[in-house]
Amino acid sequence: MTDIQSGFSQSDAYLSALIDELRSSPTAPKPPVTMHRRTFFKLTGAGAAGLVLGFYLGNEARAAETPNVDAGSRGAAGEENRVMNAFIRIAPDNTITIYSKCPEIGQGIKTSFGVIIAEELDADWSHVAMEQAEINPKVYGSQGAGGSTSIPRAWNQLRQAGAGAKAMLVAAAARQWDVDPSEITARDSILSHAASGRSATYGALAATAATMPVPDPKALKLKNRSEYRLIGKRYRGVDDPKVVTGQPLFGIDVQLPGMVYASYTKCPAAGGKVASFNLDEIKGQPGVLDAFAIDGTGVMVEVMPGVAIIAKDTWSALQAKRKLKVEWDLSEASRDSSSRFSARARQLATDFPARADVNIGDVDKSFGEAAKVIEAYYEYPFAAHAPLEPMNATAHWHDGVMEMWVPTQQPDRGLPLVAKAAGISQDQIVMHQTRVGGGFGRRLVNDYACEAAAIARKVAAPVKLQWTREDDFGHDFYRPAGYHQFKGAVDKGGRLDAWQEHFITFTADGKKEASGANLTDNLRYSIKAPNLRRGKTMFPLRIPTGAWRAPGDNAQVFAAQSFMHELSFAAGRDHVEFLLDAVNRDVPELAPKDQSVNFSPRRAADVIRLCAEKAGWGRALPKGSGLGLAWCYSHAGHVAQSVELSVDADKQIRIDRIVVVLDVGPIIDMAGSEAQAQGASTDALSTAMGLKINIENGRILERNYNAYPILRMPFAPTTIEAHFIQSDHSPTGMGEPAFPALAPALGNAIFSATGERVRRLPLRDLGYSLAV
Amino acid sequence: MLTLTINGQPREVDAPADTPLLWVLRDHLNLVGTKYGCGVAQCGVCTVHVGGKPVRSCQLAVGDVGTRAVVTIEGVGNTTHGARVQQAWLEEAVPQCGYCQAGQIMSAAALLDRIPQPNDADIDAAMAGNLCRCGTYIRIRRAIKNAAAKPA
Repeated sequence: MTDIQSGFSQSDAYLSALIDELRSSPTAPKPPVTMHRRTFFKLTGAGAAGLVLGFYLGNEARAAETPNVDAGSRGAAGEENRVMNAFIRIAPDNTITIYSKCPEIGQGIKTSFGVIIAEELDADWSHVAMEQAEINPKVYGSQGAGGSTSIPRAWNQLRQAGAGAKAMLVAAAARQWDVDPSEITARDSILSHAASGRSATYGALAATAATMPVPDPKALKLKNRSEYRLIGKRYRGVDDPKVVTGQPLFGIDVQLPGMVYASYTKCPAAGGKVASFNLDEIKGQPGVLDAFAIDGTGVMVEVMPGVAIIAKDTWSALQAKRKLKVEWDLSEASRDSSSRFSARARQLATDFPARADVNIGDVDKSFGEAAKVIEAYYEYPFAAHAPLEPMNATAHWHDGVMEMWVPTQQPDRGLPLVAKAAGISQDQIVMHQTRVGGGFGRRLVNDYACEAAAIARKVAAPVKLQWTREDDFGHDFYRPAGYHQFKGAVDKGGRLDAWQEHFITFTADGKKEASGANLTDNLRYSIKAPNLRRGKTMFPLRIPTGAWRAPGDNAQVFAAQSFMHELSFAAGRDHVEFLLDAVNRDVPELAPKDQSVNFSPRRAADVIRLCAEKAGWGRALPKGSGLGLAWCYSHAGHVAQSVELSVDADKQIRIDRIVVVLDVGPIIDMAGSEAQAQGASTDALSTAMGLKINIENGRILERNYNAYPILRMPFAPTTIEAHFIQSDHSPTGMGEPAFPALAPALGNAIFSATGERVRRLPLRDLGYSLAV
Repeated sequence: MLTLTINGQPREVDAPADTPLLWVLRDHLNLVGTKYGCGVAQCGVCTVHVGGKPVRSCQLAVGDVGTRAVVTIEGVGNTTHGARVQQAWLEEAVPQCGYCQAGQIMSAAALLDRIPQPNDADIDAAMAGNLCRCGTYIRIRRAIKNAAAKPA
């Protein structure tokens, strides 16, 4: 086992690298997913249903050269399984099955991926069945869901898959009908030749199509936006019929013959080790089959020390867990205290560090000459993800294979970690994708999968590891708290002139910011002060942090865009004009260096303007009412949000209307995108109003929903309008961009209504509540 | 051995009487549509109907069910309001991650059984115990009104 401190550092480094990758220019994935001809592969004779046509596309030619094999086989994770990973299969009855390579976590990807492929294939959507692909990164490339990157990373790959399949169908028809391929048209899974009046279904042509030469992906002509028939329409989620009738879909729903059930108990203070526990008493509990301690790898993102209890059903495992008495070795455990961090940050805030991380122009000169100089201190707390499906994973060690069912956002990245945790090689793992009952960044970590695999090595049966809700709250990778001391200046023309920011944050390794705890590049691009200085102070932290929906942006944008409003107010400027002026400033040092970063002042200005227009910016509001507006550039999306509200004498807030304007390129599924915009706004409101994790002596104090007030129906806003500026830019993701700007819009609206500035979250700590 | 009536069928269960109905449904009867979320009646994902009323099955010992009929998400489509609610959920494309939706649908169907034409306050009161982490509340409200408006 790794010693605890290096385990902390290793774990944090893993997550930091992951977050950096997910934040980085999703429009230019590395390695490029544009396919080589040799990896564009056809499959014939697969399965018992007769001849079908399938393709799969991968990053390695080796995988593509696999000979035809039986698609029904499901043994070890050998070559033969890869044929299950086709993107498209066309059956003789004209049913088209499309495989979604990435996890469905509620972001709607299983629907959107299907629409993208079906568009280029010119498929009849009503006869498309969507299936989840198996995990095989050699074939599919990235199979993760995080950072709102699934759509931008897969966009070209999926379109080429659809267009390539269609090209082979067209070639088959041209040969059968002895006509020129260019005279054949495709629509709704039917090919037609107008001159001869011939037509045939894709299903009827699939067998011949499978014998056609594989087209060169680069030679495929992809549709332009005006040719879309499916992209941009409204869709129902492809799994909705199963969701509403309660059919098994989620990781927690996996039930296997002979299955046993496990609980796993780790030290409440991160880094504690098992010294001893009441083994005999636990083994004597009803339904308990076995119990044992696990040393683990000592790495947070893998397996930390704990006690596993194996039982004949979940309830027995959870009951025995309540009887568990562990003597913890706390010598290396966390003693972190969030209240101490908060108090200490406040003390240090005005001591700007000796060395600045960013220093542009001359901040001190600006402060000396400015028309107005103001200072403010902002603070937000730690937060837990708390997705409704508690962490769980099912693992079955049999025949030298670790077969797993894991509700995770990163099944592909889980493979090496699971291999290490279980002491096996990666090619001994078969990982099945399940639907995921909420991610929000929590399931970028595969710790629970690693635990299940480690437990399964010691159990001669399939085993489902079930975390309790208390486990889930107590062993998260939290959104880090943060503390910002700002000093800003506006010049005599009322323009943003200087911005100084002392960011007080956390470090896991003593060298750099902990994962998710660094200032994001997005802020660098969007706060365009000609004189700018940023520096940081870091507190050592043993509680693990990680990626929480729109990492960094989810809270940093609150602080920055609230302070922008303070500046515009101090300058006596209209806030929208002040924002537009700042967005359009030319500060070369703050422009993205990486050409693939799609930040655009024009797109930013357009969302701000449209949001102001839709929100009715500038009209007189009754006393006690306010309209706030903020914007952000996050996860490659340009977003503006407004909140209109009223506040009564008891600080009860009535939300009248929220407007969200997004430019994320063309919209794939309009209904799904509206749902993301509304859902992210609701989540952001919920988080700003009430969510806070307190840590004392290394222990998480909030352990269930009764202490963590996620917004409920009576308080949910009833009007959230989403508007999309659709452009010809490549599409980017919708999971995160509509989160960050909501909280500053809310705070700015409260200021406009009451004159009280919101500088600390959550709002319930300041006495605010939402009206029913 | 206990005998329960679940979705209109008699089911034999060999579980200790203090086992929550939730885990009997999931682990013993393989009815996994009813979800585990918090274990303390805070989130509502385990909602089922017992004797026609919405109940958090994580808090009801199986030995206390007695002769009352149990209806789960797998069977609620056989009831008038359950079928309408499920249909409305599809029409409004309510689910995001979908994990809470079985509980939401069970609470909504029970609401319509009690109040066929609920107003916003009725909806708030009936649905306050069901968390949705994705924030689908706007569409849940719309879907309940849609279900209530369906012709008898």
